Amino acid sequence: MSDKKKPNRRDFIFTATAAVGAVGAGAAAWPLIDQMNPDASVKALASTEVDVSSLQPGQSITVLWRGKPVFIKRRTENEISEARNVKISDLKHPEKDEDRAQNPEWLVMLGVCTHLGCVPLADKGEYGGWFCPCHGSHYDTAGRIRKGPAPTNLEIPKYEFVNSNTIKIG
Amino acid sequence: MSDHNYTPSSKFGKWFNDRLPLLTLANHLTDYPTPKNLNYWWTFGGILTFCLITQIITGLVLAMHYIAHADLAFSSVEHIMRDVNYGWLIRYIHANGASMFFLAVYIHIFRSLFYGSYKAPREIIWILGIMIYLLMMAAAFMGYVLPWGQMSFWGATVITNLFSAIPLVGESITTWLWGGYSVDNPTLTRFFTLHYLIPFLILGLVVLHIWALHVPGNNNPVGIDIQKPSKDTVPFHPYIVIKDLFALLLFMIVFAFFVFYSPNILGHADNYIEANPLVTPAHIVPEWYLLPFYAILRSIPDKLLGVVAMLSAIFILAALPWLDTSKVRSAVFRPLYKQFYWILVIDVLILGYVGAMPAEGLYLLIARVATAYYFLHFLLILPILGKIEKTTPLPLSITSPVLGGSTDLAMAKNTDVRKEKL
Repeated sequence: MSDKKKPNRRDFIFTATAAVGAVGAGAAAWPLIDQMNPDASVKALASTEVDVSSLQPGQSITVLWRGKPVFIKRRTENEISEARNVKISDLKHPEKDEDRAQNPEWLVMLGVCTHLGCVPLADKGEYGGWFCPCHGSHYDTAGRIRKGPAPTNLEIPKYEFVNSNTIKIG
Repeated sequence: MSDHNYTPSSKFGKWFNDRLPLLTLANHLTDYPTPKNLNYWWTFGGILTFCLITQIITGLVLAMHYIAHADLAFSSVEHIMRDVNYGWLIRYIHANGASMFFLAVYIHIFRSLFYGSYKAPREIIWILGIMIYLLMMAAAFMGYVLPWGQMSFWGATVITNLFSAIPLVGESITTWLWGGYSVDNPTLTRFFTLHYLIPFLILGLVVLHIWALHVPGNNNPVGIDIQKPSKDTVPFHPYIVIKDLFALLLFMIVFAFFVFYSPNILGHADNYIEANPLVTPAHIVPEWYLLPFYAILRSIPDKLLGVVAMLSAIFILAALPWLDTSKVRSAVFRPLYKQFYWILVIDVLILGYVGAMPAEGLYLLIARVATAYYFLHFLLILPILGKIEKTTPLPLSITSPVLGGSTDLAMAKNTDVRKEKL
């Protein structure tokens, strides 16, 4: 067959058959791929309620939500002012403290280092917040990344105060 | 595939072989002409086959007793260690077998680097080997997760999070790999399935690796093309078979030492603590055979670039046949390359050492220098060296300098140098 030959009826049928076959193969592959995504039972555990009435300023608790630790910290006046007095331009991932804490006294965030997923240690590091022991990321009192390989601030999950003593995460 | 026509002697053999030429294959494998100057560094192919089969057999047995469930995995491994007859032995062989497998594969790879076995016409053998190496790392990583100890869990968390560095789709891919929002039971069950599958994929690639090897035949310490069969070759059986078996015996002594006298020395004590998603161990380190790549990952202060550098360090090996521009294969005849080769060996050992140390201060500085040199070796030194290096003269055949058939004194001298080095 010559290379410059004009496509004929048979070429069209070959191409069309291959195209339909590819769509079919893709459709058949999708369930096999998607079965690995979170299933209904995993998604059903999507929210959790936490009683925080016993926390004094400066104390924090860690709760498990979707298999991940969530830090709930009742911050002291000092910690709040430290977080609010940082120049936004000094931050690697600029976010105002006001945007991270609905109620300045309460900081709720995922206890998962945004580098490679370790759990940072509380009250450690150079910025008085959290320190990840795995690869040395330092977070401040608002959970913002200040130093180290982590690219972003600790993630804030969706949460709300059901009443003054109870936080609903998720 | 066969170098000569083979006719079975028995009538049944002939009848069978006409329908399925298995006897031709067996004949090819026994008579396969092998360079007669192969040294002991060439025995690691056979040793690696032994390692693979050992892992498959012990793995099958362990799978009969192991339970892939986040609540039961840890105690089922303790059940294997304490209750199952010889369970301790089988598990220790499997766990240390992984380390022995990597020890052998690193020697095999560095032998290839020294003698230029990756060069034309053996590029496909080399690339298949890199694919096997990648699958080995995947299998080892997932196998390490199965006991569901602290290192299992946090190692899995750190490694799967590498994928979250991919722009835009990273988070979705990580969630897909986990089957949830963190490493949990769905992750464990799929890792077990894949850990079971990969050794058989490796087995398939090994068949292709050997097939591709048997087309041009073995490289050899002199690195020159040889006539097959000729005075320069011996049949694979019994010459190479016996030599391989002797080397395997020595290897098994080392293997047995680890299994019986220090079965946990290559592991981490933290993995005897059950996985806890709320507490990260103070110091996470991968198994020793992944440390150089871990050091490269940590030496770059940016998440995405760190992951890119680590993966590039592996994939750059696949491009090696084209990065090394020298036509001479064996380092024996390449005075400059020989020195850079040993610098690379030391560089990789240093990377392995700093990979085990905390990523701070001097260690971090050393890791950065060693990472930079690693890439420099492949991307700059090798391409340039092939153009400017003055290689020493190659002998005409394996046999001629030895038998004194050549009057060229330079060749005889080089042969002496070669003997000293090997």
